[in-house]
Amino acid sequence: MLNFIARRILATIPVLAIVAVLVFLLLRLTPGDPAAILAGDAASADQIARIRVELGLDQPILVQFGIWLGHLLAGDLGESFYYKVQVTELIAQRLEPTLSLAALTIVFAVLVSVPLGAIAAWRFGGWFDRALMGFSVMGFSIPVFVLAYILIWIVSLKLGWLPVQGYKRLADGFWPYLQHLILPSITLSVIFIALIARVTRASVLEALGEDYIRTARAKGLRESRVLVRHALANAAVPIVTVIGIGIALLIGGVVVTESVYAIPGLGRLTVDAVLARDFPTIQGVILFFSLVYVGVNLAVDLSYVFLDPRIRY
Amino acid sequence: MEPQTHPVESANVALRESAWARVRRNGSVRIGGAVLALLVCLALAAPWFGTVDPTLFDAASRDLVPGEAGEITTLDGDIIEHKFWFGSDSFGRDIYSRVLYGTRVSLMVGLLAALLSLAFGIVCGLSAGYLRWLDGILMRFMDGLMAIPAILIAIALVAMWRGSLTTVIIAIAIPEIPRVTRLVRSLVLTIREEPYVEAAVALGTPTWKVMFVHILPNTIAPLVVQGTYICASAILVEAILSFLGVGLPPDIPTWGNIMAEGRPQFNQYPHNIFIPGVFLAITVLAVNILGDGLRDTLDPKMAKRV
Repeated sequence: MLNFIARRILATIPVLAIVAVLVFLLLRLTPGDPAAILAGDAASADQIARIRVELGLDQPILVQFGIWLGHLLAGDLGESFYYKVQVTELIAQRLEPTLSLAALTIVFAVLVSVPLGAIAAWRFGGWFDRALMGFSVMGFSIPVFVLAYILIWIVSLKLGWLPVQGYKRLADGFWPYLQHLILPSITLSVIFIALIARVTRASVLEALGEDYIRTARAKGLRESRVLVRHALANAAVPIVTVIGIGIALLIGGVVVTESVYAIPGLGRLTVDAVLARDFPTIQGVILFFSLVYVGVNLAVDLSYVFLDPRIRY
Repeated sequence: MEPQTHPVESANVALRESAWARVRRNGSVRIGGAVLALLVCLALAAPWFGTVDPTLFDAASRDLVPGEAGEITTLDGDIIEHKFWFGSDSFGRDIYSRVLYGTRVSLMVGLLAALLSLAFGIVCGLSAGYLRWLDGILMRFMDGLMAIPAILIAIALVAMWRGSLTTVIIAIAIPEIPRVTRLVRSLVLTIREEPYVEAAVALGTPTWKVMFVHILPNTIAPLVVQGTYICASAILVEAILSFLGVGLPPDIPTWGNIMAEGRPQFNQYPHNIFIPGVFLAITVLAVNILGDGLRDTLDPKMAKRV
């Protein structure tokens, strides 16, 4: 078991290494002098020269990569020339809103989509099933920002129930904090609900065809217990897997949602950094998001052991 | 004398016909295809649908509501009367014309990004699946590429190359390549064990010919399905990039750009966001429905899974 966990963690190292190489190459593929790009448009010749020496940009590309990787492993992502602070510090400052938004979205999406998917599978081919599948296709097709504006228009502008935009820290009180997160979370969760509901339906449907379901029904268990304790519990692995994969969708959605709702999180930081061509920040954010994605999927893999007692490594 | 037909050949033709007939009979394919055909007509015939040049503006016609009449200055300096069916933006440009011309950009980006990622994915997937020595390195590389969220790759690439139609298409296609590669590779791994591949190899067929002539044609059905889904997501990502201001330059009429311009005045003139938004949603929905229909008819194994 420990052996498995160790092996699985080691297996993420090549993936992370390739991510690092790709992010490194991103800057080298940009036309122009890397030192000038890293220093920003407003930098003086002195600053550019200092960066060139610091990162060894006058040396062969492999040496440059070595130096860059060394900084990276030491937790040094460089300094944002737009915000004039360390990129790691910048990411830490912007973490709370994004983390809150993502957590609320996942919780909401799972609470809504898993029951819906299970019921659709239970009533396979019925009106509820068809309606959910229709909703799922629509959920994949409606652009996040269009949905965001529709919700703002109805809920905030017409009904006046929730604030239009902005963010309040948790330290400012729980209700204002939650109030500012409700609409963004609903917006972001639609595509997630579509995704998880589909997979839940498919895997519960498969589980319902198994012999142990017939046995459970034959010994007179209530239908709700058959569905939850026997079908859904055995369908858990694909559901958790798709949540892990869906984190990539969620990260993409965060970038858009935070921009529309003016939430000062990592997604907004990404867009602002790109608009300012703030390269150290762009690199840092991409590395951070990729690390989160790989980490979540590692956790998902490890969770199989607890979800399915048959899996032993 | 009656012409002799080979029984195997005729069975093969019948099978092919029935697959095509099944696709044509499918309701989802029909609905999605019809809506898409309509959009293609709209895009191609945009100049003849009562539009003006989508880059024209007139200070006297700023912020009109849908249906209002106004004027617009042509490139020659003439002022012409124009009815703004979808209203105008804060520069006094005709939203109706911009939305119609925007259809061209969206469809083109969707189609070309799908074709580009399919082409690269096919080459990589065939190589990884058939050439053992390349498999390990190539797939680890693809794993790494897949670990970076797609939209971040696209945003970063466009940011460094500066937005143009070509760079946007390439930037959207790159993050889709690993998924296509994986799909092609997994198909190749099963197909390469088939007796006819073995026979071709035994006859001394060159490797490239085995890959492209004997293996590739059997991966087409799942690839068509995958390509449709890539097309839908490419159209969405292009709109997102433009909307965030990191896509095509703002003067190019795209749905994302129209919405980006409408953002500051959303409270008073929500139509600047809602009208292109509806077009975008309908287009993506049509492509997705078409994809579902193709999946159900062409790729029954996948249809059972999802």
